[in-house]
Amino acid sequence: MSYQIVVCGSIVPDPLQTLEPVSGPTGPSLKNEMMLPSVLDPWAWHALFEAAHLAKNVAGSKVYLVSVAPKAKLQQVMMTVGQKAPFELIVVDGPSSGFTDAAEIAPLLAEAIKGIPGLDMSKLLVFGGWESASRGAGSTMQIVGELLGITNQFQGVDKLTVGADGSFEILERIEGGKHQVSKCAGAPVVLGWATGSLPEPPNNPQIGMQNMRAIMPALQKAKPAKVATDAVKYASVALPKQQRQTKIVKDLPADEIAKEIVAWING
Amino acid sequence: MDVDIVCVGFGPATAGFLTTLSRQLPLPDGTLPQVICYERADDIGFGVSGVVTRARGIKASFPDLDPTQIPMCAPVAEEKVLYLLDPHGASRRSLTLRAADALLKPVAKHHAFELPYIPPYLQKHGGFVMSIGQFNSWVGAQLMGTGTVQIWPSTPVAQPLIEDSKVTGVRLVDQGENPGMDIRAALTVVGDGPVDPVGRQLDEKFGMPEGHHKHDYAVGMKFVVNLPEGCPLKPGTVLHTLGYPEPEIFGFLYVYPDNVASLGIFVPSWFDSPVRTAYRYLQHWMLHPYLWRYLNGGTLRSWGAKTLGESGKRGEPHLAGNGYARIGEGSGSTNVLTGSGVDEAWTTGTQLAHAVLELLKYKKPFTKENLEATYVKRRRESWVEQEGRVAERARDGFHAGMVTGMLGMALAGATNGKINLPVETRPAGGHTPSLGEYYRDRIPADEIEKIRKECAAKGVSAHNELMNRVGWPAIPFDSKLLVSHQDALLMGGKVQAPAGYADHVVFLYPNLCERCGTHICVEVCSGQAITPGEKGVPAFDREKCIHCGACMWNCATPHPEDSSRTVLEFGAAPGGLHSAEN
Repeated sequence: MSYQIVVCGSIVPDPLQTLEPVSGPTGPSLKNEMMLPSVLDPWAWHALFEAAHLAKNVAGSKVYLVSVAPKAKLQQVMMTVGQKAPFELIVVDGPSSGFTDAAEIAPLLAEAIKGIPGLDMSKLLVFGGWESASRGAGSTMQIVGELLGITNQFQGVDKLTVGADGSFEILERIEGGKHQVSKCAGAPVVLGWATGSLPEPPNNPQIGMQNMRAIMPALQKAKPAKVATDAVKYASVALPKQQRQTKIVKDLPADEIAKEIVAWING
Repeated sequence: MDVDIVCVGFGPATAGFLTTLSRQLPLPDGTLPQVICYERADDIGFGVSGVVTRARGIKASFPDLDPTQIPMCAPVAEEKVLYLLDPHGASRRSLTLRAADALLKPVAKHHAFELPYIPPYLQKHGGFVMSIGQFNSWVGAQLMGTGTVQIWPSTPVAQPLIEDSKVTGVRLVDQGENPGMDIRAALTVVGDGPVDPVGRQLDEKFGMPEGHHKHDYAVGMKFVVNLPEGCPLKPGTVLHTLGYPEPEIFGFLYVYPDNVASLGIFVPSWFDSPVRTAYRYLQHWMLHPYLWRYLNGGTLRSWGAKTLGESGKRGEPHLAGNGYARIGEGSGSTNVLTGSGVDEAWTTGTQLAHAVLELLKYKKPFTKENLEATYVKRRRESWVEQEGRVAERARDGFHAGMVTGMLGMALAGATNGKINLPVETRPAGGHTPSLGEYYRDRIPADEIEKIRKECAAKGVSAHNELMNRVGWPAIPFDSKLLVSHQDALLMGGKVQAPAGYADHVVFLYPNLCERCGTHICVEVCSGQAITPGEKGVPAFDREKCIHCGACMWNCATPHPEDSSRTVLEFGAAPGGLHSAEN
């Protein structure tokens, strides 16, 4: 048994950047977005590692990375991602600001997946970030699955174990910091990954060299996506009133961290 | 892994090299050499700097260059050079300067005197102010778009591979679970900048040309700032300052479009202070009355620091050897008279590219002889070389003091380098006085020792307490532009360090560090990554390092086996600044 593992991955500004929403003629966007360095969405980033790990261990499997993003920014992100794991890139040149309706993005992803030559639904695993491409709506992967006719869907996934019979055991995050264990017969499935359990792979220049031969042509032939800008109407956009406060402290006991958080909440 | 050409570092020089080379690929015979570039920073626009440049070389590569196509770029519109007086009386000024200050005070406005004349060699009319981070991103995107070359950020190079005096490629930095991979290439292009961790290893192996050395450096620390609403500074404005916060510290302010400015200071190696920290001085510089009237109400967008190689032509290494060539700042291309480096670096890259294309065309190997006949020959015949020779000794005078240095520059500029002051230069860290010597007229020795011990016990550098003690006022933090050093790392630099890599700063001889009287590495560290450690050996935290490299050349203890080195080893590593606006 081999798999066709499709990872849906959007790009986001490097999480440490200072983001500021602004309103423009086509709706809200992020100030200076094209100047901010971008990364693959952190959830999709983990999904890609999980996909690469699974493909490495199941002979004949292949990983595809399907992304809706401005291709110039995606090209920049590929310089970081491309050395991490072998994959074939499929690009849809579209927005990635996070203000686009998930129902607009999901059909683009689904159509791109359907267009993969030799697509075999019996081998298809659709991976993605739990909240990718919708910045918190958590609905993109579900819609992609529905459009592909995949009913076995799991969200907030932290672990996938393939049984000897090809069945899957999946750990999904549920309330209270616990996991729900589910089983299904096998492909096709949709898995919206949380953080998984794998560390970031080291850079592998050989993989980079091999990937890049296909990445540039994929970027060059990417077609602009038609996305309705009026699908969602935003009454207003603003920074949250409560800003994150960050400091770097090493080796602080958990009790001390908890006390500081409580004091911060109270104070 | 085997490739045809491997490049170390993606700065302006390599950008110029790859831009010129890629335009001629595939070659006329249809072959496409494999060209790969490894950059240590986590993106190709991170960890560089803002600049004002005449852009002669850049314009030659892009004759139709439209600055509006590059974010944070504007044509130079107005230039001023300002002598800043000290409004607090806290800086260390010679009697000559005090006399000059007294003369200028009645005519100064906002404690600053605008120089009525800017020498032609310092003028940048016709050029641009721009963010090299954004420029590099712009060039890099075009390069990758060609599909003929590959650029891989977050991939530092550990060392050159040398076999029988021939460079055969590079070894990448060990990532913990992987040994560093060897990348073998017919040509290794070394453009790893002023800190040049790979270039330095070539210098150790092959030596420097007779009479050449790298004695002069500076650390440039800067902010990118959203100027306050209504700020009258127009895009393209260029301000250069001297005289304050210490006479030896120079400042700059470049105005980009959309009410954004890049501003900062240069702290040179010849500033004989054991506490030549940049961050605290940068804040005092911003608060100078002349500048603060423009900056008050502004907000920090980005922050960073980098080393500048200020030896210029005198620091030129062997430009080519069997299997390798050196380009850019680390190859001595910076012009220390005109204060210009980016355009020169870019141009050396284009020169090497033309040479490589010529050798590929005639199927000649990348030997020392062939590279000298093509690349070095082009460089020697170019304006980079001619102007570099004029500038070669222009800054020597600074080793004898600020006033002598300014006089030396004026002489060199006025005589096209024919007359220079006969001043002997010294290695960067080799003339650092002790704290006691530096503050001998201002703080009693026992009090200095007490401050030093108290700061060491707290694990912090001593410069803040010492500067407070000699009269520098407290910084009025406003959480917007005047922020703590650690906040600058988080808010401006967004500093990161990926897991799995070893420390890239190593104290080679802990016993010598124990006996060090200055620990200037702690005082100068741009990210507060080096702190007082146990038994007097400094501690290094790579998660705070911004890779400016200042610790390496500031170290005051020479290596016991090689006096051209210090006992602080600085290698290439990923991470550091995560802002592309610098």
